[in-house]
Amino acid sequence: MTTATHRKLGLKDKYGLLTRGLGWDTSYVPMDRVFPHDSFEGIKIHDWDRWEDPFRVTMDSYWKYQAEKERKLYAVIDAFAQHNGHLNVSDARYINAVKLFITGITPLEYNAHRGFAMVGRSMRGVGPRIACQMQGIDELRHAQTQMHSMSHYNRHFNGMHSWPKNFDRMWYLSVPKSFVNDAMSAGPFEFLTAISFSFEYVLTNLLFMPFMSGAAYNGDMATVTFGFSAQSDEARHMTLGLECIKFMLEQDPDNLPIIQKWLDKWFWRGYRLLGLVGVMLDYMLPKKVMSWREGWEQYFEKNGGALFDDLARYGIRKPMHHETTVLEKEHVTHQLWLMLCQYHWGLALHTWLPSDEEMDWLSQQYPNTFDQHYRPRFEQLRALEAEGKPFTNASLPCLCQTCQIPMCFTEPGDPTRLAHRSSLFQDERFIFCSDGCKDVFDGEPEKYAQARLPVQQLLQGHLGGPELADMIRFWGYDPALDIGRYEGSSDQQRWAQAKAPGVAARAA
Amino acid sequence: MHVEIKTSDTKPLRSTFTHLAARFGDKPASRYQEATYDIQEVENFHYRPLWQADKEIFDASRTAIAMADWYALKDPRQFFYMSYTTTRAHQQEVAEAQFDYFDKRGLLATLSDGLRERVAAALLPLRHYEWGANMNNSAITGWAYGAALTNATMFATMDRLGLAQLLSRIGLLIDGNLGTSLAAAKQQWLEDAAWQPLRSAVEHLFIVDDWFELFVAQNLVHDGLLYPMVYQRFEQALAAAGAPAFGMLLTFPNEWHAETAPWVDAVCKTAAAESPANRALLAGWAARHRATALAALAPLAERLFGTAAGRQTLDEVDAAFGMRLQRLGLVAA
Repeated sequence: MTTATHRKLGLKDKYGLLTRGLGWDTSYVPMDRVFPHDSFEGIKIHDWDRWEDPFRVTMDSYWKYQAEKERKLYAVIDAFAQHNGHLNVSDARYINAVKLFITGITPLEYNAHRGFAMVGRSMRGVGPRIACQMQGIDELRHAQTQMHSMSHYNRHFNGMHSWPKNFDRMWYLSVPKSFVNDAMSAGPFEFLTAISFSFEYVLTNLLFMPFMSGAAYNGDMATVTFGFSAQSDEARHMTLGLECIKFMLEQDPDNLPIIQKWLDKWFWRGYRLLGLVGVMLDYMLPKKVMSWREGWEQYFEKNGGALFDDLARYGIRKPMHHETTVLEKEHVTHQLWLMLCQYHWGLALHTWLPSDEEMDWLSQQYPNTFDQHYRPRFEQLRALEAEGKPFTNASLPCLCQTCQIPMCFTEPGDPTRLAHRSSLFQDERFIFCSDGCKDVFDGEPEKYAQARLPVQQLLQGHLGGPELADMIRFWGYDPALDIGRYEGSSDQQRWAQAKAPGVAARAA
Repeated sequence: MHVEIKTSDTKPLRSTFTHLAARFGDKPASRYQEATYDIQEVENFHYRPLWQADKEIFDASRTAIAMADWYALKDPRQFFYMSYTTTRAHQQEVAEAQFDYFDKRGLLATLSDGLRERVAAALLPLRHYEWGANMNNSAITGWAYGAALTNATMFATMDRLGLAQLLSRIGLLIDGNLGTSLAAAKQQWLEDAAWQPLRSAVEHLFIVDDWFELFVAQNLVHDGLLYPMVYQRFEQALAAAGAPAFGMLLTFPNEWHAETAPWVDAVCKTAAAESPANRALLAGWAARHRATALAALAPLAERLFGTAAGRQTLDEVDAAFGMRLQRLGLVAA
């Protein structure tokens, strides 16, 4: 018996045999019972075979290439820790970006891992399930490598030692928590539209680039190495997001209005969440990468514009209120930083007023707004600080019901008026920061009325107390170390000591 | 005598994250600990799932099993993503070399047509069993509680896909990359009488409501009977029939099962030891699914080993499995 001649299989054919071919239509149990979650959203799929695999990676390759990346990454992380690499960052103020990341973003990675595992079971088509499961394990990778990359910082700086509890209880972390809870509580098709498409494709550069470039510019070797290591994973995720949206749109014209509504919602929710990243870019980085305005122009107005032009053939239009994001781009970060500064007494990110040099950079980046509306306020705050009366807002803010950010944004086109919207639902009045957030609520009021707004929870006695110090401990922080302005903080004092001249000589 | 290097003199503020210090003391945590303990949200969820409005997003009440600390279900292998992928990459490298060796030396030619068919008929339909196991572990990963367990089931989910792909590659080796063996195997899975009880059992697993029951049914019971019967006993029978080299290609699944079973055991044993109520539930599930699994494997045992030898082999595998259940405390009190 001669050996069979080997016909070289093309990548697509082989991949098909190794993936789609594994599934079958059940006959002992109805398919609808096996897949109970994939039709309630109203998305109609007629032919799962039309799914185009966004990437083709079999597990043998996955293990090999991912292990190689991990080896390289951990070599750097270990060297970073061994050599006290934290001393090489530009300034200890930079570490507040790291704190924001591990308390506010890493938990989103963890959620995405679980969410993709859910969708990796819920979808009827085998191809999408495999792609989702691969993202599920990738996101676990990102969560864990972030925990490891940042753990050395935790040993030397404050504000991140209890990050899981912080995410569950800290008032401003309800912004990312409500965002990801929203996606996790949605059905599988909406989850893919929210996370795979809107977040991992449309908006991804506005999360990834600021943090990773911020790390690179500010001497944070641990985080930037994580960023490079994750890049090829993110490339896979982007292709999944794009395929999801195209597949749904191509399957049935009835899917279009559902998807458009989700795009409108998730674009806006993602945009508001990214405001926190914008304020990091403009105010927390000692060495600046680019301004939020510049980032938004590049990654949304230009790149996003091209994307939506491409999707127009399906009947998709640009997301609702996208024009507002352009009108706001020279305002939001300043408004957010000014708001955060006032709440220094309850913030686990240190704040400080921008220096002259930093304000000049902001003037240059925001030629239409900074000097007119925000420099005078910073100068006033500086004067108050110099008098020994630093400005403190001792009241609790009204939070937007949807995005849960304090109501600090102004009317698009009129930066002298606070923007304020409301809706009545079941005899209760709900408050919003914008038309975008109001629209999200009005689309599903019974969902958004459930939100556990931190300020309301606090007033009801559910977030610790009675004293502020008790609350801070309840949120998972140490009042003496983690909270308050940068000036006088433990972080600042230790940094000053570490950087004092003559230290290196003593240690030699 | 060693060479000293002095590094900068900065004393750390703390050794590790607070939640790890609370569990293990004020000392540096291992990578496994950092990547596992307490990383899942527990409270203050903002919205109820649209797909299950009576539960929270992460909800311990999706199972009847109760644990004071869900992180007691730790992984004895201490897998986190890096150690997991490194381990699998190494195992895969060995498997590649074996496949290569088998392929280049035409070792398939050493198998008679009859043996080759026997191998194909016994093994290849199991790629669908693996796919079912992938689906079940994906469900557990999504809806179970506590990262100690779900990290490990995420790895198990991808392992099952990898195993399905390995079996598929054996098929491609057998049919010279034409895919015909895989099409035939799917026909068997769907229509051959000997495979229907197993396919029915797998499909019924897809609708098990309690994820811990699903864990017991899939990872402990079905795997605990099928793997010894097929990957060990059948592999031995092939060797005796004149195809010892073929066992090389089954190194990966055998090693995988040997590595994974202690993890499954640890999870079940810990949960059973927690309370009499847990123990009763787990023992009940194990007993019920054991009966189903044995009934499903009986026709396959006959196919693989012949009527008498098949019955005897399955009895022996089941007896060993019974002892395993005893060790875990999963027998009715």
